[in-house]
Amino acid sequence: MAIILSNEFVSTGIYKMIVEFTGEVLPGQFFMLRAWDKDPLLSRPISVHDYEDGKLTFLYQVVGKGTEILSCLKAQSEVTLQGPLGNGFPQIVGDLCVVGGGIGIAPLYYLVKDYKKKNPHGNCRAYLGFRDSSYCEESFKAIADEVNLNIGGIITDQLKVAANEVVVTCGPEVMMKSVAKATPQKNQVYVSMEARMACGIGACLGCTCATKYGNKKVCQDGPVFLRDEVFYV
Amino acid sequence: MSKQLETKFNEILFKNPVVPASGTFGFGREYEAYYDLEKLGGLCSKGLTLEPQSGNTGIRLWETHAGLMNSIGLENPGIDAFIENEWPHLKSLDTVTIVNVGGKDEESYLKAIEKLNAIDVKLIELNISCPNVKAGGMAYGMKAQTAGDITKKVVEISSHPVMVKLSPNGDSVADIALACEASGAQGISLINTIQGMAIDYKKRVVVFDNLYAGLSGPAVKPIALRMTHQVCQAVNIPVMAMGGISTWEDALEFIMAGATCIQIGTMNFINPRAPIEIIEGLEAYCEKEKLLNISEIRGIV
Repeated sequence: MAIILSNEFVSTGIYKMIVEFTGEVLPGQFFMLRAWDKDPLLSRPISVHDYEDGKLTFLYQVVGKGTEILSCLKAQSEVTLQGPLGNGFPQIVGDLCVVGGGIGIAPLYYLVKDYKKKNPHGNCRAYLGFRDSSYCEESFKAIADEVNLNIGGIITDQLKVAANEVVVTCGPEVMMKSVAKATPQKNQVYVSMEARMACGIGACLGCTCATKYGNKKVCQDGPVFLRDEVFYV
Repeated sequence: MSKQLETKFNEILFKNPVVPASGTFGFGREYEAYYDLEKLGGLCSKGLTLEPQSGNTGIRLWETHAGLMNSIGLENPGIDAFIENEWPHLKSLDTVTIVNVGGKDEESYLKAIEKLNAIDVKLIELNISCPNVKAGGMAYGMKAQTAGDITKKVVEISSHPVMVKLSPNGDSVADIALACEASGAQGISLINTIQGMAIDYKKRVVVFDNLYAGLSGPAVKPIALRMTHQVCQAVNIPVMAMGGISTWEDALEFIMAGATCIQIGTMNFINPRAPIEIIEGLEAYCEKEKLLNISEIRGIV
């Protein structure tokens, strides 16, 4: 159980929850969250938006009953956390270019922050795409060297990747596929996959994803994969 | 550890009657981060087939009210890879390892069983009840005659005791259990998932590529309990019961209905420590009720 420090409305359907947590948490990892008994039955996999000084932040979208319940939790109440889970993003060598779509921007914030901390002279650019209205762009502007916003359009229309950039993308699969396609082969591209999960730890095989190297578990082998592993056709 | 939960399933001694169910526990490794597997009475491997299986395409999980539908489709590395990569670790554990075996036809069942003769498995769980693939054997598990036939052939060639895992989707489950007993099965486990269906009304499509899928979780418990009771009334071989068990109180109900051991399935996904909490709950219950052994309340209803 973890104590909720705050749980605030960010934008339509988007909330930010900060909870107490101690331990090592890597950018790109996720936690299973629950705050209910057996209905809904499963916990909800939510990616880490930020982690600093014992404060773990989740930026999440209300999409069903579980996230609806999460959005109603009050500060000082408790939430059950299981994690951190998953492989997380790799250490970035070179400059960084993140491409997020909708709530897929959530894990990229912690990645950019961590990258700038470890690479004070490294360059980091962000492309953030939204369907209707944007959120959190100010927090990205505070840490990234360049932020490109796109509302209602197609993010890859404006995407230009430099030769020394590592690209990391998270968002709707169709967007990640187009980012993968639009980025030259010589650039490394990492994608953070989303999947329905039951256990979150690699036991149920519910989140299996077909890859170039056979079936992989999004929860345990991922959620971060190399472009060529998952978008190989 | 106290002996109050010590349970004999035929000649096999379990430290306690609690066993994580096939398909919810991988080969155990994932749960080692949460507790010592040797605290378990036993554990049941992911369903294995002779050849590796990549499982079903499309959506594999769908929540229902207090339930979970799955269409994993027996994704597994195959018997050979299991023996090479997983068995050395499982063998080293001081707990009863049960190996779950499925097949698409008689030949594939028998070849898989033969390969397992080479290793020191304590108990085979013969899966004739996976609703999600043809290779899951449910075709055998729907009728007493076919269930009895395949059980007989497997028992003949297996050097290990065989427990048959029954489907709730076929003929009278007690009749099927009786046929398995008559064919030499040394135990029965039930229930596998209940076949169900999900439709995405927004997209106007069925959810699962395989059309139907298996329902598990707390939602199925009353059905599983009834079927456990019917089978326990019908047969003399021990029964390992499962279906929606999420607390020690649930476990107790199945034992009172006649089950010798109980399996924990879907609950492993909700709370990875569920089996341990259930063991602790059962221990506390025995203490409180001053039972020398849990078997004192077995089958009392």
